[in-house]
Amino acid sequence: MSTESAMLAQQFDDAAQQREASALGMWTFLATEALFFGVLFAGYTVCRVRFPAAFAAGSRHTDMLLGTIETAVLLTSSCAVALALRDVQLGGRRVAAWLLVLTAALGLSFLVMHGFEYYSEYREGLIPGIRYTQQGPLAGPMQLFFCLYYFITGFHSLHVGIGVILLLVMARRTWRARFSAQYYTPLELSALYWHLVDIVWIFVYPLIYLVGRAG
Amino acid sequence: MNSIESAVPPPRSYLDDGHSLRSWLFTHDHKRIAILYALAITFFFFLGGFAAMLIRLELITPAGDLLTADAYNKAFTFHGVVMVWFFLIPSIPATLGNFLLPMMIGARDMAFPRLNLFSWYLYMIGGLFTLAMLVLGGVDTGWTFYTPFSTMFSNGHVMLTVVGVFVVGFSSILTGINFIVTTHSMRAPGMTWMRLPLFVWAMYAVALVMVLATPVLAMTLSLIALERIFGVGIFDPALGGDPVLFQHFFWFYSHPAVYIMVLPAMGVVSELITAGARKRIFGYRFMVWAIVGISVVGFLVWGHHMFVAGQSMYASMVFSILSFIIAVPSAIKVFNWTATLYKGRIDFNAPMLYALGFVGLFMLGGMTGIFLAATALDVSLHDTYFVVAHFHYIMVGGSVMAYLGGIHFWWPKVTGRLYSQAWARFAAILMFFGFNLTFFPQYLLGYEGMPRRYHEYLPQFQVLNILSSAGASILAVSYLLPLVYLGWSLRHGPRAGPNPWRAKGLEWLTDSPPPTHNFEVTPVVNEGPYAYEDA
Repeated sequence: MSTESAMLAQQFDDAAQQREASALGMWTFLATEALFFGVLFAGYTVCRVRFPAAFAAGSRHTDMLLGTIETAVLLTSSCAVALALRDVQLGGRRVAAWLLVLTAALGLSFLVMHGFEYYSEYREGLIPGIRYTQQGPLAGPMQLFFCLYYFITGFHSLHVGIGVILLLVMARRTWRARFSAQYYTPLELSALYWHLVDIVWIFVYPLIYLVGRAG
Repeated sequence: MNSIESAVPPPRSYLDDGHSLRSWLFTHDHKRIAILYALAITFFFFLGGFAAMLIRLELITPAGDLLTADAYNKAFTFHGVVMVWFFLIPSIPATLGNFLLPMMIGARDMAFPRLNLFSWYLYMIGGLFTLAMLVLGGVDTGWTFYTPFSTMFSNGHVMLTVVGVFVVGFSSILTGINFIVTTHSMRAPGMTWMRLPLFVWAMYAVALVMVLATPVLAMTLSLIALERIFGVGIFDPALGGDPVLFQHFFWFYSHPAVYIMVLPAMGVVSELITAGARKRIFGYRFMVWAIVGISVVGFLVWGHHMFVAGQSMYASMVFSILSFIIAVPSAIKVFNWTATLYKGRIDFNAPMLYALGFVGLFMLGGMTGIFLAATALDVSLHDTYFVVAHFHYIMVGGSVMAYLGGIHFWWPKVTGRLYSQAWARFAAILMFFGFNLTFFPQYLLGYEGMPRRYHEYLPQFQVLNILSSAGASILAVSYLLPLVYLGWSLRHGPRAGPNPWRAKGLEWLTDSPPPTHNFEVTPVVNEGPYAYEDA
């Protein structure tokens, strides 16, 4: 119980109130995140309805294999962070810390794979405004697809990057026994955030990589 | 009766809890953060007001003789950007809301005090970007940043402005999160949802709107920034992108933002009218659901800004009907305020005068909003001075009057001092007349067809424009007056005591100014708000 009372901020009456407030704060923040991404998905929908052929063509330029591996990596990482939280809730420490490191490592490998994707797209001349060499009738509206692709995945990768740093901090704090079966709120909130990053990707993956390959 | 049981000597007030600059700049106390906000937004209010003065001076004559067209564009853009994002949006929530929300629910502080301070710093950083924009030469897009002008053609400092607004948007998101969580989890024992003062309900509703609308603005501004940097983007018509999509995104934030400005005002006025009439609010539950209704329906009316932008006819019809519907909860509020006054023992003190001014001006602004929600009428009134007059009645006549009313009402609580009632009443009445003289002629101008955002106009509009500019000078005096007598009261005003208005509400149970943690003992609530018995 000592960690619990030491962590109680003056404005709260007890640990339960503090935990409830922190969790609600995180959920509210996640709601804002849904709206951040919502704008991009709405923009995507409007443009795609207007130019279905160009969006299908743009989608075929993306690397489905890497995208699929990235999806698997991210989902696995979400499993790892959930196991880490569970371990802390049951009083564990070392396993949880290593699981958090694993989660961060998976997140980092996601970013590296995305870097490779961006690089090969740069070489193919698929980046509007920087290097865009596509020709033909669909080349114009296809830029809309790529603008959205880079903006959505870039914004998502920013979240992954922040999440990796957050998870490493949590791994360190877990290793140093800052959390216990009674007090693990920061870890729980970090895990929630990481799940959001994961869930957003579950929407991004079909919209970007799969949509044009159906026909 | 709500009660605090305490026999210990009164503790140090929050103002005496450290006098160094450091004790203010690193404070976690919601009351001190409220004052930091108040100082900052007052600065921006007068800065934005200065831009308005330039506009009104230019419009005294039909010819563009004081400002060039370009300078005029920059003046009204600066006026809009500063007044919307650096004054009106934070005005009541960040100052009165920050100060009062924890006190009204019987809490020691916000749920996240550090986040609260951080949001003030974000506000200041956003403000610095905006000041940098001003110093480097301004921006000419209008506060609405319509594409493709803002992305392709404007050569003003669009990026600086966009970054400033983006950053200040995060300040308002964080404030919103703090308000929501504080209202949910920090209420004193017995403070149920249906015992919350209407001001708290208004803060809660406005926090929901801030949290759900502001991210859309932030993303939209990012899309503009990228389009400016890379020269391509989804709003670019050359690629098949859609400038009207930008307007949808922008107004998806900016129409709810109107409710960010006016819901807090409604909350303040409910407190002022009950205290001034010494009566319970008429129809408390209706008032609560009207607040909730306004904040929900407020998200569904944005398309009424785009009746002439090439939106589909059916979309316009739906948005028009929804805009009519939102008048219903607004009208409920006006009727209930009026019914609260009925047979009340009305004390025409300064806060009450501001509140009554609010009700009248809000009603005029709201009714002309109904005109504009009608698609057929909007085609001829769109982008005329009628629109300018309409939203100034809501935002300046409504929100600013309520903000000042709130400042006058809670001034004794915040500072522990009383101010000159005579001067305050004079300022309130002067403001009401100055306001109407400024903006009522603009209804007529708009109805006769004078378009907004031009620095020149046809000679037949001159008389009304002169009246409007004359009113603006009266308005300016009435805004400066409170600085004088409220400032004077800080040093020379008599001590206020805990409850100078004999008002209900937990904030009046504690000392004026309150101790650092608001209450020595957490209050226990066993009755609803506004339990006035002597009326």
